[in-house]
Amino acid sequence: MKNGYNYFILVGCGDLGSHLAKALSRHRKSIVIIDKNEAAFNKLTADFSGFAIEGDGVEEDVLLEAEINRADVVIAVTGDDNTNIMIAQIAKVIYNVPKVVARLYEPSRGLIYEDLDIETICPTVLSMSEFSDMIALDLRQEHPQ
Amino acid sequence: MNIIIVGGGMKVHFLAKSLISKGYSITIINEDPEYCKLLSRKHKAANVVLGDGSRPQILEDAGVECTNAVIAVTPHDPDNLVICQLASKRYGVPKVFGIVNDPNNISVFKSLGVETIISTADIISSLIEQRVLTDEIIDLVPIEGGKVALMEIEMHPEYPAVGKAMMELGFPEGAIVGVIMRNGDVIIPFGKTRIQEKDRLVILYVPGVQTEVFEALSGSKNLNHKKNAQPVKEGKR
Repeated sequence: MKNGYNYFILVGCGDLGSHLAKALSRHRKSIVIIDKNEAAFNKLTADFSGFAIEGDGVEEDVLLEAEINRADVVIAVTGDDNTNIMIAQIAKVIYNVPKVVARLYEPSRGLIYEDLDIETICPTVLSMSEFSDMIALDLRQEHPQ
Repeated sequence: MNIIIVGGGMKVHFLAKSLISKGYSITIINEDPEYCKLLSRKHKAANVVLGDGSRPQILEDAGVECTNAVIAVTPHDPDNLVICQLASKRYGVPKVFGIVNDPNNISVFKSLGVETIISTADIISSLIEQRVLTDEIIDLVPIEGGKVALMEIEMHPEYPAVGKAMMELGFPEGAIVGVIMRNGDVIIPFGKTRIQEKDRLVILYVPGVQTEVFEALSGSKNLNHKKNAQPVKEGKR
């Protein structure tokens, strides 16, 4: 699949972050992955071809080191919802990154930035939706809390 | 007036104590059950809510919809940001205060719509720095969150400014001598007013020009004065 996004910044090298980084590497994208904890980078295997920065992704210096001002996509997938919300807003509002995605375990906080062009991935909502399809029963009307 | 405080530690304890004594109705939100028990024992007049203050339901439990102010003082800046944004954007709380632990986040919080930001590290370090570097500064008050500051400097005989008129000082833009105190008299200076030794100058200035003000008055960048036995090292600014 062709797409115009070439420079990706991933914040959080957990299970999702590291998998995304490896998958994007296979598509020959430029990737910088940031994590507070250097040991997290052990999850990255040889098929990851980007850069890893040890640091706190809410710190402006760290984001600038990752050259956020020229990023096409910023993906915030740390384990902390509030950190992801803050990073996503910094990327969108201050650095005008074209595509910004945040993972939130609890989607209700996402309404803080509902007027901004930030996309939210919520594992609970996604699982509910998959599950609904599996048992052919629409469980999605009620917002999970 | 109802005030919600989110956070923990001694900061919250003393904040609550002082606000309760002034007659405000206080609700404290904290995630730690033991700390909540302690708080409710210590502050009989305060409501204590156990939970994550950056979750909308917890804020609602604390009565955010009819509160006058929310203060976010957790040690984690992203939490404070989300609390402030939820309170002002979703619940329309009129006054929202956020503490910033990393001073670099002041501009970030401002760009993201949080107006009233308190940076403890910044306030303390600038106060200490200015006091340490300059013995002659008698009083120093930040105004409007540090955008403007007020200081009082005593004129020592060896300062080149002594004997000069206001207009000859070469003061930078962004600094002005508001008042001269001389032998207990108050003088509002104009361009031709001359500085005498032992005058105490009250100066209003924007922080960026502080060194230039020192230079214009004392001839050196920081007011390290001869009475200091050791020269003061050029501090990091």
